[in-house]
Amino acid sequence: MKHSAFFWFVLPSAVAMLLFIFFPIVSVVIQSLHTAHEQVIIEVENCGPFGCTKATAIDQEATAALREDQPLGRFAGLEIYKDRNHLATAEIGPLWEQSTGIGDFIGKLMNLPFYKAMGFTLTFTFVVTPLTIIFGFIIAVAVNSAARAIRGPLIFFSLLPMMVTPLIGSLILFWMVDARGILGTALRWLADDPSLSVKADTGLMWIMLMVYGVWHSAPFAFIVYYAGLQTVNTDTLEAARIDGASRWQQIRHVVIPHLLPLTTFIALMQLMDNFRVFEPIVSFNASAHATSLSWAIYNDLGGETQQLSSAAATSVLTITGVAILLSPVLVRTYRDYGKAT
Amino acid sequence: MANQAQKRPVVLQAILVIILITWMIAAAFPFFWTLWGSFKVEGDFFSLADWTNVLTGEMTTRETGDAFTTQGYSGAWIQEEFWRAAWNSTLVCLFVVTISLTLGTLGGYALARSTYRYAFWFLLIALIFRAMPPITLVSGYLPVFFQWNIWGYLPTAIIVLVAINQPFTLWMLHSFFKNIPQDLDESAMVDGCTRFQAFRHVIIPVMWPGVITTGLFSFLLAYNDFAVTAMILDKQNQTMVPKIASFLGTTQTKGNVMFAVAAVVSTTAPLFLLIMFFQRQIVSGLTAGAVKG
Repeated sequence: MKHSAFFWFVLPSAVAMLLFIFFPIVSVVIQSLHTAHEQVIIEVENCGPFGCTKATAIDQEATAALREDQPLGRFAGLEIYKDRNHLATAEIGPLWEQSTGIGDFIGKLMNLPFYKAMGFTLTFTFVVTPLTIIFGFIIAVAVNSAARAIRGPLIFFSLLPMMVTPLIGSLILFWMVDARGILGTALRWLADDPSLSVKADTGLMWIMLMVYGVWHSAPFAFIVYYAGLQTVNTDTLEAARIDGASRWQQIRHVVIPHLLPLTTFIALMQLMDNFRVFEPIVSFNASAHATSLSWAIYNDLGGETQQLSSAAATSVLTITGVAILLSPVLVRTYRDYGKAT
Repeated sequence: MANQAQKRPVVLQAILVIILITWMIAAAFPFFWTLWGSFKVEGDFFSLADWTNVLTGEMTTRETGDAFTTQGYSGAWIQEEFWRAAWNSTLVCLFVVTISLTLGTLGGYALARSTYRYAFWFLLIALIFRAMPPITLVSGYLPVFFQWNIWGYLPTAIIVLVAINQPFTLWMLHSFFKNIPQDLDESAMVDGCTRFQAFRHVIIPVMWPGVITTGLFSFLLAYNDFAVTAMILDKQNQTMVPKIASFLGTTQTKGNVMFAVAAVVSTTAPLFLLIMFFQRQIVSGLTAGAVKG
């Protein structure tokens, strides 16, 4: 394809991505280095019949003028990154010295907002991803063994948890595990503890969020594995059988090697998706027990006072995290496509 | 068939059936339960006294005189004006899908046909953009949108969603166009068509299966979005998902939680139909990236 034709064909989508993805990233980085202006304080002398008193007051005009003049705010450098709500560099040292052991240190670290969010996000990502793969595989094998006639409906219902809006899917589960809902009642009956409530317990809340995560993304792994199982080479399977391979050996030496490339694909997609975990925390109203990086940004932006700089700093840190997770995908794509072209 | 030749032992067969039944219950039961419960009053769906109330509808009968009630639906759709959110969602999805596909087919076609190195880098950058959580971009939008006074309007949300969808759309259409033989448009160009005429008269008639599948996924992205629409639409212009989230903030008063339940069921219903009719396309779309490479 000629250069000029290529240029005109990709121009519209390139402009869209430049304006609404690339520029916002630049703008987020710049914003994270600035902070809102402090109000201009002036000293006013009030002189009355009983002498003069000095008082400080806010110079509204000067403040407005300053804000008008530099809408980005005051340049703060890395100050916002280092404050208590983000990397908390000043707090970590004393915390380390005060703590009695590594467990104690982590416990105290989890009281700092950024590390609390980071802790949950990473735990969620690295617990849910392997479970998704395992469950997806088991379901795919089970569906593949079912009669052909009922596979259609089986796939239809399997797709539901994934296709439904995450906020809605998690709400549906949340209403069921509510203390007054059906699963909540069942849990209380099972645990034989009338006061048991998922909402009130941090551990249960984490488990519930991860159960939701697996429920939501297992269908994706299932579909990919199921499609993979359709393309297993039957000749190889038959040859293995003739050579006397048992059922397990057939799976171990023929099916699993065939599905391995798919597993890397699923794992990488899931790592990226789980890292942005956000909606279930809103639905489960779980912010007291678990927060994630995305939720922290949402919270900064949505509050009464919009903390743009703080949100921007968390965004930059999140993007860094995504970049680290993404690097294997990039390398893989580079190898696959880069050589081909 | 080779499969029949090797009969499964009974134990294995039983285990597989149990797995299937458990998974089906886990996947489908919550939706049917919520659908059933949405026709009850709060006292039944969230019953402290006896969980079987939701089956018998005891409180519902006591409060409304019938075992089923549409109070939740009328409350959500009429009293809380959920119809407005539904209309906004329709507009957003319609425009996002149309614009995304128009931009995406042009770009995806060019990327599939170009043999130069920069096409690969373009795709790689799109992949990086695709991995960005949308919420991280929002703090970049807000100050600019406030300054230009375009915050809160539907067109703003539509353009933003189109842009966020673009990397995904490009990747998907790129792989679909790769599967359309190159000879097709090249022979048209030998016959004297320009590149655009070849695209217009030869490629467009055969590209629909891929476009429909991609369209489904951009529809889902727009329909399901919460992070962006919640932050850049004002109350009047909210789409369905942020509207449901705003119900949750006001569920303190009795009965309002049933509005949210009814709204949730109303929002899920179109998705249900969509999956039912387009199951094949969805499955092929999900596996396009993985199996075909």
